[in-house]
Amino acid sequence: MIGIDWFLALSALLFCIGIVGVLIRKNAIVIFMCVELMLNAVNLSLISFSSHYGNVDGQILVFFSLAIAAAEAVVGLAIIIAIFRNNLSVDIGKINLLRW
Amino acid sequence: MITYFFIFLAVLAVASALMMVISKNTVNSALFLVLNMMSLAGLFLLLQAQFLAIIQVLVYAGAIMVLFLFVIMLLNVDEETSLFSKLRVKYFVAFLLGVGVFAQILYSLGSFSDTLPTISSEMAQAGTVEAIGDVLFSKYILPFHIIAMLLTAAMNGAIMIAQHKVRTEGNK
Repeated sequence: MIGIDWFLALSALLFCIGIVGVLIRKNAIVIFMCVELMLNAVNLSLISFSSHYGNVDGQILVFFSLAIAAAEAVVGLAIIIAIFRNNLSVDIGKINLLRW
Repeated sequence: MITYFFIFLAVLAVASALMMVISKNTVNSALFLVLNMMSLAGLFLLLQAQFLAIIQVLVYAGAIMVLFLFVIMLLNVDEETSLFSKLRVKYFVAFLLGVGVFAQILYSLGSFSDTLPTISSEMAQAGTVEAIGDVLFSKYILPFHIIAMLLTAAMNGAIMIAQHKVRTEGNK
C-alpha cells in the first residue's frame, strides 16, 4: 500500500497546476475550471488524511466542500453569462469596468 | 498491484490537468477536466472512500461539468489563438510562482514526514455509505441543513443574476 506522502505530493502538484492555470489563462471559464481543479486537489488530501487516520470526519468535510463547489460554480457561471451579455467576451483582459 | 494503480491514476490525473491548462479549445479543456475528475475518483477508491468516489463521478463529472459545457456552448466562445505568443514574461512568472508554491508544500511535507499517519486498521470501514450517513445525520445534521439552504439560495441567486432583465419595482 502507498504511504500518505505520495497522495499529499500528488495533491500539491495538482493544486500548483491549478494555480499556474489561473495565472496564465485569459478565458474566464477556464479560470473557473482551474479553481475547481484546486478544490479537487484539496479534497484529495483531506480524504487521504481521513482514510489514513480511520476517521470519517474528513470525508464529511469533503462532502460539504463538494456542495460549496457546486454552489460556487452555479453562481460564477451565472456571473460569467451576465458579463458576456454586456461585454460580448469572457476574456478577462477586456473586462475593465472596475479598473482605474 | 495497488502501487501500479496509484501510478497509473496519478499520471493520468497530472497529464489531464496539464492538458486542461494548455489546450486552446475550451471544450477540450472541459473534457480533460472530466478525465481528471474520473482519475481522482479512482484515487478515492484506492483510499477506500467509496461513497465520495461515487459522489465525485455523479456531482463533479456529471452535474458540474455538464453545466460548464452548457455555458461554453451557450456562449460560443472563440478559441484563444494567442495563448503562448505574447507576454512571455507573464507565463514565466506564473510558472515560477507555481513551482515555488509546490516546492514550499513539499518542503513542509518533508519536515513533517515522521509524524504523518500510517495505514489505520479502521480504514476499510471509514468510507462506506453506512459510516458516512451515520455521522452525517447525527453529529453533522445542522451543517447538513445549512448546506441545503445554501444550495437553494445559490440557485435563486444564479437565476436572478443570469436573467436577461431583472424586474424590480421601478421598471415593469
